[in-house]
Amino acid sequence: MSLRSPLGRVLGRGAAKEGVHHWWLQRLTSIALVPLSIGFVVSLLALPALDYSTLIAWVRQGGTALGLILFVLVAARHSQLGLRVVIEDYVHTVGLKTLALVLVDFSHVVGAAAAVLAVIKIASGGRW
Amino acid sequence: MPERPLSPFLTVYKFKYTLATSILNRFAGLILSAGLVMLVYWLVALASGVRAYAQARALLSLGVMKFLYAALLAAFAYHLIAGMRHLVWDTGRGLEKKTAERSAWVIACVSIVLTLILLYCFLRPAAYTQ
Repeated sequence: MSLRSPLGRVLGRGAAKEGVHHWWLQRLTSIALVPLSIGFVVSLLALPALDYSTLIAWVRQGGTALGLILFVLVAARHSQLGLRVVIEDYVHTVGLKTLALVLVDFSHVVGAAAAVLAVIKIASGGRW
Repeated sequence: MPERPLSPFLTVYKFKYTLATSILNRFAGLILSAGLVMLVYWLVALASGVRAYAQARALLSLGVMKFLYAALLAAFAYHLIAGMRHLVWDTGRGLEKKTAERSAWVIACVSIVLTLILLYCFLRPAAYTQ
């Protein structure tokens, strides 16, 4: 048993000073996702069909590619932040929790990069 | 579990519909995260050429997928509306018990209407027949 008081144990350890970072990013991404997600859904609804040539033409026209890239990037960040909180709240085994958090972070980066690459590939009309 | 003071958690609260609006928002977020996987798959397939997209489309047009799309649309409608309620709360407004109870009903009604509209638009038989 330690003779140190609970106060004595925490004094001098300092605060992380970044407590609101996660909260703030979750809010920023949610604000951005309101127009981005609505734009994506409305844009999809405006399509006459979902066949290959229609979709390729759609990605290549106007601001679709930029909209898609922004939507995927912001949605991935928002999803990663959200899943992190869910894991932190419900997974209590230390090792499993860390593993889950690492997998969530990695998979979101991979997914976002793959989607961005796909959009750029279509928009640039390149075969590479 | 370590012997330490814990902040109030799910199990200590009496269940009420305002609590359901919070849990549902999380659940909707989880469904949307799964939807993100589908979006990435769809975009990558599209970028991989005609044949790859035809294969992906055969999978994505299976009858059972309609349930998934319905769940995604409902989750999108709810997460969008409930998320806006959270953004209002973040400004410090609407946190009183009466207001929070009323806004719970408002977001429930609005998101149900929005879900029905989205379901009609995307899943009606005439949609995307090509």
